[in-house]
This record gives sequence, C-alpha cells and structure tokens, in this order.
Amino acid sequence: MSDSEKKKPNRRDFIVTATTAAGAVGVGAVVWPLVDQMNPDASVKALASTEVDISAVEPGQSITVLWRGKPVFIKRRTKEEIESARAVDLSELKHPEKDEDRAKNPEWLVMLGVCTHLGCVPLNDKGDYGAWFCPCHGSHYDTSGRIRKGPAPTNMEVPKYEFVNSNTIKIG
Amino acid sequence: MSDHEYTPKSKVGKWFNDRLPLLTLANHLTDYPTPKNLNYWWTFGGILTFCLITQIITGIVLGMHYVAHADLAFQSVEHIMRDVNYGWLIRYVHANGASMFFLAVYIHIFRSLYYGSYKSPREVIWIIGMLIYFLMMATAFMGYVLPWGQMSFWGATVITNLFSAIPLVGESITNWLWGGYSVDNPTLTRFFSLHYLFPFLILGLVVLHIWALHVPGNNNPIGIDIKKPSKDTVPFHPYIVIKDAFALLIFLLIFAFFVFFSPNILGHADNYIEANPLVTPAHIVPEWYLLPFYAILRSVPDKLLGVIAMFAAIFVLVILPWLDTSKVRSTVFRPIYKQFYWFLVADVLILGYVGAMPAEGLYLLIARVATAYYFAHFLIILPFLGMKEKTTPLPLSITEPVLGGSADMAMAKNNSDFKEKL
Repeated sequence: MSDSEKKKPNRRDFIVTATTAAGAVGVGAVVWPLVDQMNPDASVKALASTEVDISAVEPGQSITVLWRGKPVFIKRRTKEEIESARAVDLSELKHPEKDEDRAKNPEWLVMLGVCTHLGCVPLNDKGDYGAWFCPCHGSHYDTSGRIRKGPAPTNMEVPKYEFVNSNTIKIG
Repeated sequence: MSDHEYTPKSKVGKWFNDRLPLLTLANHLTDYPTPKNLNYWWTFGGILTFCLITQIITGIVLGMHYVAHADLAFQSVEHIMRDVNYGWLIRYVHANGASMFFLAVYIHIFRSLYYGSYKSPREVIWIIGMLIYFLMMATAFMGYVLPWGQMSFWGATVITNLFSAIPLVGESITNWLWGGYSVDNPTLTRFFSLHYLFPFLILGLVVLHIWALHVPGNNNPIGIDIKKPSKDTVPFHPYIVIKDAFALLIFLLIFAFFVFFSPNILGHADNYIEANPLVTPAHIVPEWYLLPFYAILRSVPDKLLGVIAMFAAIFVLVILPWLDTSKVRSTVFRPIYKQFYWFLVADVLILGYVGAMPAEGLYLLIARVATAYYFAHFLIILPFLGMKEKTTPLPLSITEPVLGGSADMAMAKNNSDFKEKL
C-alpha cells in the first residue's frame, strides 16, 4: 500500500469518526443532568431576597440576619467608626475598596458575615481594628469590613441590597 | 503450591471450580507464601480490613435509624443514642471505629515508610493505598457532618470553602458542592449518599490493593527479594492468620477501651450543640487524624497557596516511590535515613499538635517550620540521601544470617559458599 492510499480516508473512517462524535455528544447529554442536579435548585433560588426591619437598631449596634443560609451583618455605625473607615489610605489595603463604595449610606454597613478565607462567621467588636475578627484562622477586618490582617484574600462581600423605606432593607 | 495446578479433592468441588475457580482463589490465599520474618507491624493490613468491615456493618445499621435532613438529623442521632436498642453501642463503635481505622492506617503507612514497602516493584500497591487513604479522609469528613452538630456544620463549611480558593470557578464549584449558597440541607443529603457509597469504593480498592500485593508478594523487615516459596517463606495459613488474629485481639482491647470507657474523648463537645449557621464555634478543629494537614493549610498565609500546600502534602506521598532514590528498601540497612525517618515521625506529630492549637504566635511559627521540614524531607532529603548514603551490606536471604551462625547480618554476604551446602 502506498502512502497516498494510506492517508486517504475511506468510508469506514468516516463512519468511525461520525459514530465517535455522536457517542461523545450522547455521553455529554447523559452526564450533564447528573452533574447539574447538584447545583442550587429552584426552591433554593426562590429564597433569593429577604426584607429586614432595622428601626430598632441603635448606633453602634449590629444585627445579624439569615439570607440564603448565610449570615448578613447589618451594622449601624457610629461617627467614629465611619471616620476611621474613611480615613484609611487605600494603598494600605490588601483588597483596596473605598468605604464610600461599600456603604452607600455611611451609617449603614450591610455585608455578608462570612469570612472570605474559609467561610466562618467573624465576631463583632473584636480584633486589632476594633471591628470584626474571624476566630477560625485569625483574619482581622476593619470598620468597613475590609481585610486588614490574616489569611483572608478579600473584603467581606457586600450583597445587593436597597432601602425600601427608611426602616426596611431588602437584601437580594 | 502453584495456583494453576490446584484441583479440589471432591467431585462437586472440581465441578464448581472448573466453572468458577473460587476454590483456586481460596487455595491461593491459604498457601500464599509469606516471608517468615514478618513482625507485628505487618499485622495492620488485617486489622484495617477488620476496621473497614466494622465501619460498613455498623454504618448500615445506623443508616436504618438516621434521618438525613437538616431539621431532623441532630435529633435522630440523639434518638439513636437514647431510644434505639444498643444504639449507643453501635454509634460509639462507628464513631470510635473511624479513629481506630485512622490509627491503624497511620501505623500501616509508617510501616511502609520504614521498610521501604513502596519501592519497586510495589509502587502500584502504594498508590492504591494512597487512594484508599484519600477516600478514607473524604468518607470520614462527610460522616462527621451527618450528626449536624456545630463542629459538623462548621467543619463542612471550612473544608468545602477550600474549593472557593480555585481562581475564577471557585464560587461556582462551592455552590455546586453545597447545592445552595451555604452548607444546608442539600449538602447534608448528598454527604449522606456519598458517605454510604465511599466505603464500598474503598472495599473495591482494598481488593485491588491485595491483588497487587500478591503479585510480587510481601516486603519484609530486611527488605530483600526472596524466593517464593522457599526456606524463607511460610504459608499464610495458619502462620500469618494466627499472628494477625493475636494482633487484632490486642487492637480490639484498645478499641473497646475507647468505646466503653471514653467514647467521647476523641470527639468534640461542640458537636453536641445543634448546627447554627449564625454562630461559629470559638475554635474549629477537625478530627485528630486530619490535624497535620490542617496545620499545613493554616501555616501558609495565602488562601490559595495554603490549599495547594495541603493537597501537595498528600500528593507528595503518592509520588514517593520516585522521590526516594535509594535502592535499599529496609531502613535497617540505611543508618542515616533511619534518623531522618524518626525526624519525619516527630515532624508529623508536631504538625498534629499545632493543628489542634490556635493559629497564632509561637504555634504558627512552629507550624511553618514543621511544614517546611515536611516538604524538605520528601523533596530534598530523600532524593539526595538515596544517592549519597552508604548503606550497610544486605544479607542474601532471610535464613542466611541465622544459619550462617552469626547474628551480624553484615557477615551474611561472606557465607555464600555455606549457602550452597544447604
């Protein structure tokens, strides 16, 4: 058999390639539902937003509410806390974010109470920055919930939220 | 003793064996030639098989009473402890059985490290063993989540969050693992399903582990190749069976001590508080058998690198047969490696200790030094030492140093003419 004859695809090659391709698509179509069933389901997604009454929260006080199974910190910050958060030079930060961007209404800081390291709930009024401290692996956050010291890679996440009226926050 | 020549004595046996050679297999396992100098460190294979079977049996029974639901799991475990007949016993055997399983597996692994059992031609046995070890850790972790106590919940949160360190897709992967946006009921139900499945995967791998073992045969304390069968071997039954059974009895004494006298000493008090997603326990610690890896994770100040270091600590064991360049298996003939071996044992124990302590101050410093040494042992010391170390002479057979009339194994090589007279 000469080289040119070897390289020329015949009808059997075509059938093998076509069958393999169809088989691969078939396997994919079977595997995907088995993988995707583990993703958040419709009932989990349906609990996507929650409304919180904040009328009873005094300055300096913080409440924790559950949203999508995770704690959300709603902190009514004091003047000193706001000032200390805004006075920080961005170049000092591991994950530079302005406090103005994190708390649109400076008095209210709303963020996921989940340490960005491995998901523990940080403790309030603790740590080197007088704000949040994660007891699991020692991450310190400042009064804006920004990571200042420790293994966490990013600031505590600010979820999507809005003020429905002056006494109610809708998270999600 | 060759497997192929075996014929059952009875007619029925022969009829059956011609159709399914199970009796040939049984005969192979009975006559299997085993080095006659195996010491008690070799009994842990049998002990581990016992542990696996115990976990499967007690686990199946617990599954009859346990309810895998976030609202009911904690109560169903208390129900098992208080209401189910002998439920307390079965659950304590299962919970302490996991610890005993890991105790035995660590001894088994360190036995291999000491006697070079991972070296050629036993690399595949070793790698299958590492797969079993990895599955054991996954199974134990998921099992610990099922009682849905505070340590269950937060242990699950911390460990699943390890995957969020993966760039770009990390968050999608954790949401996929959780079936939601946090550890919750979907996480619990899938962990239950997989916790039930994995022991059977382990069982399958154990069969492969033993199959791969029976190809080259057992390593032995002096680590030399031996002829099988020969004067250096004894049949597995009854010699090794009796020795294994005796060791198992001693092991069961320790097991029973934990089950009956201090069933909760290896657990954590926080796990008797029902899971609460709003409160993290002040100090999260995994079960003792995962502490060295936990210490490695925490010793690295960067999240992604910490996770990589932790998985690398396991992976470095998988490639160990190619990192250790020494051709001599047994540490008995490696005077310098022997010291480093004990350094490694101490290092792992230190990592385990600091893994249980808060990650700050001196503990953190110790964890970092111990982590660095752990990797240095496998990646620098072992390859280098294998090339440089002057090993002491190996005997030619197990019997030779004895029959040669000298307790000094170094004499053995000079006695080869004596061997021919035998």
